[in-house]
Amino acid sequence: MTLAVELENASKSFGSVQALRNVSIKVDAGEVVAFLGPNGAGKTTAISIMLGLRSPSSGGARIFGQNPREPKNRARIGVMLQESGVPGLLKVRELIQLFTQFYNAPLMVSKVLEMANLTEKKDAIASALSGGQKQRLYFALAICGNPDVLFLDEPSVALDVESRRAFWQEISGFAKTGKTVILTTHYLEEADALANRIIVINKGEIVAQGSPAQIKSRVGGKNVSFKLEAGNAVMLENLQGVQRFSKTGESINLYTLEPEKVLQEVFARGLQISNLNVAGAGLEEAFMEITEQGASK
Amino acid sequence: MTNVDTANLPTRAYDPFKGLGFQLYCELIRLLRNPGFLIPTVLFPIMFFTLFGLPNAKEDIGNGVTVGAYLLASYGTYGMLSTALFGFGTGIAAERGLGWNRLTRATPMHPIMYFSAKIITAMLSGLITLAALFIFGVLVANISLPLETWALLTARIMLGMMPFVALGLFIGYLGNPQSATPITQLIFLPMSFASGIFLPIKNLPQFVQDLAPYLPAYHSGQLAWHTLGAGDNSSLNSHIIWNLGFTVLFLALAVWAYKRDEAKQYG
Repeated sequence: MTLAVELENASKSFGSVQALRNVSIKVDAGEVVAFLGPNGAGKTTAISIMLGLRSPSSGGARIFGQNPREPKNRARIGVMLQESGVPGLLKVRELIQLFTQFYNAPLMVSKVLEMANLTEKKDAIASALSGGQKQRLYFALAICGNPDVLFLDEPSVALDVESRRAFWQEISGFAKTGKTVILTTHYLEEADALANRIIVINKGEIVAQGSPAQIKSRVGGKNVSFKLEAGNAVMLENLQGVQRFSKTGESINLYTLEPEKVLQEVFARGLQISNLNVAGAGLEEAFMEITEQGASK
Repeated sequence: MTNVDTANLPTRAYDPFKGLGFQLYCELIRLLRNPGFLIPTVLFPIMFFTLFGLPNAKEDIGNGVTVGAYLLASYGTYGMLSTALFGFGTGIAAERGLGWNRLTRATPMHPIMYFSAKIITAMLSGLITLAALFIFGVLVANISLPLETWALLTARIMLGMMPFVALGLFIGYLGNPQSATPITQLIFLPMSFASGIFLPIKNLPQFVQDLAPYLPAYHSGQLAWHTLGAGDNSSLNSHIIWNLGFTVLFLALAVWAYKRDEAKQYG
C-alpha cells in the first residue's frame, strides 16, 4: 500500500487560537477519506497544511513522501477550495486549458468538460457562471490534471439538494478509477455517501474515526421531544438507549441513537404524550456525545 | 483499493516555467477583452502630452532638445510606470482578493511562471502605450529623433519600469487586496509629480528638487531624459545603479510580503 498523504503531529495556531492540535493522519492511495466536523473545527486548516498552503506551527505534512510546500511536489494532486473566485474575462474552456498546462499528463479539455457536465458552458465567461456551475468549474479544474489525489474542501456547500446528488456522482465516478480523495464536509450525509473512512474533527482535534457505519452509529443520533404531564415524568426512568435526557416543565427532550426503540418503550409504558417531534441531531450535538464518551473513558 | 505504483511513474524534470505560453496567452486575451482598461491607459499619456507638450513642442530647452521631445520622454515614462503599478501590481492584488491565487498556490504551478507572465504582459501593454505616444509625437507634433535614439529611449524607459514592477508586486501583496489601488495612487501620483515626470523638475519648489533624487521615479525619468541629452548633472550610470538598487529593495520587500501572505483568505 502506498502512503498518499500524511500529517504527522501537525499543530497550527493563529495568534492565541489553536486551530489544529497535534493531528496525525495517514491516507493510503485509493482511499476516500472525509473530514467531518462543524464550521471552525479545523478541517480547512488541516487540508491547507496537507496542500502546503500553510506551514504547520509544529509537525509536518507529506504528499507521496514529499514536502507539499514545494510546487513540484504538488504535481499529482488536484484541488477544489472554498470561495476561489475566477479571474475575469476568461472562458470556461480557457481556464481549464490553463490549469492543464500545470500538469504533466493532463486529461483532454473536452473530456474534463464532459466529466464536470460543463460542455454546454465551455464558451461562457467563467466569472458569469451561476454558483452551481462555478462549483462544477472548480471541480473541472481540480480533476483536469488527472491527479492521483483529489482534495475537496466543502465541495457541495453552495449547492442545492439536487445538484449536490449529481455532484456526488461526479466525485464517486472519479474515486472509482482508483484515485485517492480527501474531502472536508460538515454534512454527515455527504461523508457517508462518498467516503470509506470518516475522520471526525472538532476544536482542532480528531475525536473519532472509522467507517461510515461506525461513525453513523456514534453521531447519527436523533433528538426526540414531546410533552408529558408533569406528574408522569417519573415513568420515564430507566429508559434504554437514551444518551441524554432533559426536562423543562412538561417538555421532555432526549437524544438517542435508536429513536424507534425508545418510542416503542415509551408507548409500551402507556404514557400519553403530545407534540412528538423526532429530528436529526446536528453535528454539534453528535460531537458533544462523542466528546463526552471520550472524556468518560 | 487500488495501488498507485509510484515507482513506475515517469519521473519528469520539473519545469518551473511550464505553462508560461498559455498563461501569457490568457493575460493578453484578457487585455484585449477589456478595452475599458487598455484604451484609457493608452490615451492618458497622449492626453498629458497634448495639454502640456503640444502648445510649445518646438521650443528649445537647451542642448538642442525640444520641449516636445522632453515631455514625450516624461509621459512615456509615466505611462510605463503606471502600467507597472496599476496593470501589474493592483491586478495581482485583485486575483489575490478573489482567492484565485490561493487555488493556484495549491497546484504544481510555480509562482515564478505566474509572475513572469504578468510582468511580460505589463511590459507589452506598456510598450503599446509607449508606441502610441511616440507615433502621436511624430505625426502630430512633428518630433524627429534618430531611429537609434527612439530605440534607446524605449529600452531605457523599460529599464526604468523595473523598480515599479517590483514595487507593484510588493503593494499587491501588502495589506488587504482592496487597499492596493488607493495605496498605489497615494504613492505614485505625488512621487511622479515630485520626480519631475508631470512638470519639468526645475519648475518645482526647491525642497521638492532636493527630495527628488531619493525617489525611484526620478531615476526612471533621468534614464529617459539622459538619452535625449537633457538629464541632470549626475551620470547615466549613477541612475542605472539607483534603479537597480530600488529594484532589489522592492523585490526583497515583495518576497517578504508574498511569504507573509501565506495564502490567506479574504471575504
